[in-house]
Amino acid sequence: MARRLLVVLGFVGLGLVPLVAEALHQPFYIDLFRRIMIFAMAALSLDLILGYGGMVSFGHAAYLGIGAYAVGILAAHGIESGFIQWPLAMFASMLIALVIGAISLRTSGVYFIMITLAFSQMLYYLGISLETYGGDDGMPLRARSRFAGLVDLSDAHSFYYVVLGLLVLFLVVSHRLVNARFGMVIRAARSNEARAQAIGFAPFRYKLTAFVIAGSMCGLAGALLANQTEYLTPEFMHWTRSGEILFMVILGGIGTLVGSVAGAVVLLLLEQVLSSWTEHWQIVLGPILILVVLFARRGLVGLLPAEGRPRD
Amino acid sequence: MTEALLEVRGLTRSFGGLIATSEINLDVMAGETHAIIGPNGAGKTTLIGQLAGDLRPDAGTIRLEGEDVTGLSVSARSARGMARSFQITSIFPDFGALDNVALAVQAHAGHSFRFWRPARADISLRVPAHEFLEVVGLAGRADVLAGTLAHGEQRQLEIAMALATRPRLLLLDEPVAGMGSEESHRMIRFLSTLKTRQTIVLVEHDMDAVFTLADRISVMVSGRIIATGTPAEIRANARVRDAYLGEASLPC
Repeated sequence: MARRLLVVLGFVGLGLVPLVAEALHQPFYIDLFRRIMIFAMAALSLDLILGYGGMVSFGHAAYLGIGAYAVGILAAHGIESGFIQWPLAMFASMLIALVIGAISLRTSGVYFIMITLAFSQMLYYLGISLETYGGDDGMPLRARSRFAGLVDLSDAHSFYYVVLGLLVLFLVVSHRLVNARFGMVIRAARSNEARAQAIGFAPFRYKLTAFVIAGSMCGLAGALLANQTEYLTPEFMHWTRSGEILFMVILGGIGTLVGSVAGAVVLLLLEQVLSSWTEHWQIVLGPILILVVLFARRGLVGLLPAEGRPRD
Repeated sequence: MTEALLEVRGLTRSFGGLIATSEINLDVMAGETHAIIGPNGAGKTTLIGQLAGDLRPDAGTIRLEGEDVTGLSVSARSARGMARSFQITSIFPDFGALDNVALAVQAHAGHSFRFWRPARADISLRVPAHEFLEVVGLAGRADVLAGTLAHGEQRQLEIAMALATRPRLLLLDEPVAGMGSEESHRMIRFLSTLKTRQTIVLVEHDMDAVFTLADRISVMVSGRIIATGTPAEIRANARVRDAYLGEASLPC
């Protein structure tokens, strides 16, 4: 129960950020936490397949890029409605995830990691070669997604609460997924694939479905990211970005869902604070991360008082 | 006991130059417990691997109730009624004991593309799972993490999982291996009640278990079945005695 209370408190805190930022005359915090929550969505979608399906995708940032480019390219052609952009961003990520997953899920272990990495780097170089859409310089987003007057994303607060709402929705959906029959299959396959087959499961199609769901979730995070930065570049898909997302999950606690949100908050805040002290902030961040991995193997969530064994 | 539930013909599998099973013919009748014995390296594990679908034979056919299952995957064979326990205990260690069995029930309760209702609150999975735990005597351990169960309990759990798939044929790969004498006696007692309602193929080194449980025995030596018969016939078979010279002697 203590853990659930902390999660609720954490989200209440996130909900209060715009009000506090306003009171402190620091609108920058709205921007910062919005960015953090967008990455939290990406990390959450990765935890879904990594933490529950044992699929160590090292190319998860690819879907961020696809979602962002879907929004950017549509906007460049005058289609600015979010009702079209966002579903298409998810759909495009879904298709790419289907292709990448169908191929890479035939392997496992290091090979799986390398294949997902290779695919995302291919997409990264594809982005660089898209001269029409800015090549390696990237291009500005023409306008933030429009929602027919329903919400206005150019309003910092509205945009913030849209992102927060989607993050909470993702968390609830993921929680249901991993505890439903579907989730039990991929968790069983992660635990002991030979056993899962012997009792009659054919795990491949379930793992592929999970992979595709995670990809499309991350694609929506990408659509949000394009709106957040109002600029898109192939850097969104770079492998270091995938590594960063992976680290958020590990830092927060693999296979905990809320952990990936906590991981995103802590990692990006650390980055923010340290980089304001020194431009060599990574020298400080590195050892901190090593310490966390060494001494808190189950991540930040693992440091919280245990509630029996982790089931959620 | 007239119709063969499992019909194996000409099953051959080699690894490089080593022929692990050669031209195996085997009929397992519905309702019988058929033991496969033989010295180490005789090919018993390769045979059961091919029956379960882990290994593809180089030649030969496997029929289950007349249907050719030779080309089917492990999960497809499970769907057709084959279940197995592994020589080395194979469970879901990070799930509870009841979860382990509930997963086996779930695997045979239609597709699992169900994304919303919590599976652990699903009575249609939990109740049957609990019954199978009771059958093997683990009802009191339902919520214990399977990985922390004692070795003997894990073997019982494996059998509960196999039974939960409601198999027509149960493949047991050394069910009493690694057990203490008391544990193994308990397991043999349990299997002797189970065999009255279940067709079983039993691979086992423990001759007590084999001669207590088996209705018929096939003896494998160097990848071939050299004799098949009732326990009494096998005891009296001179070739079997030769094959076992220097090995554990057959109980008389």
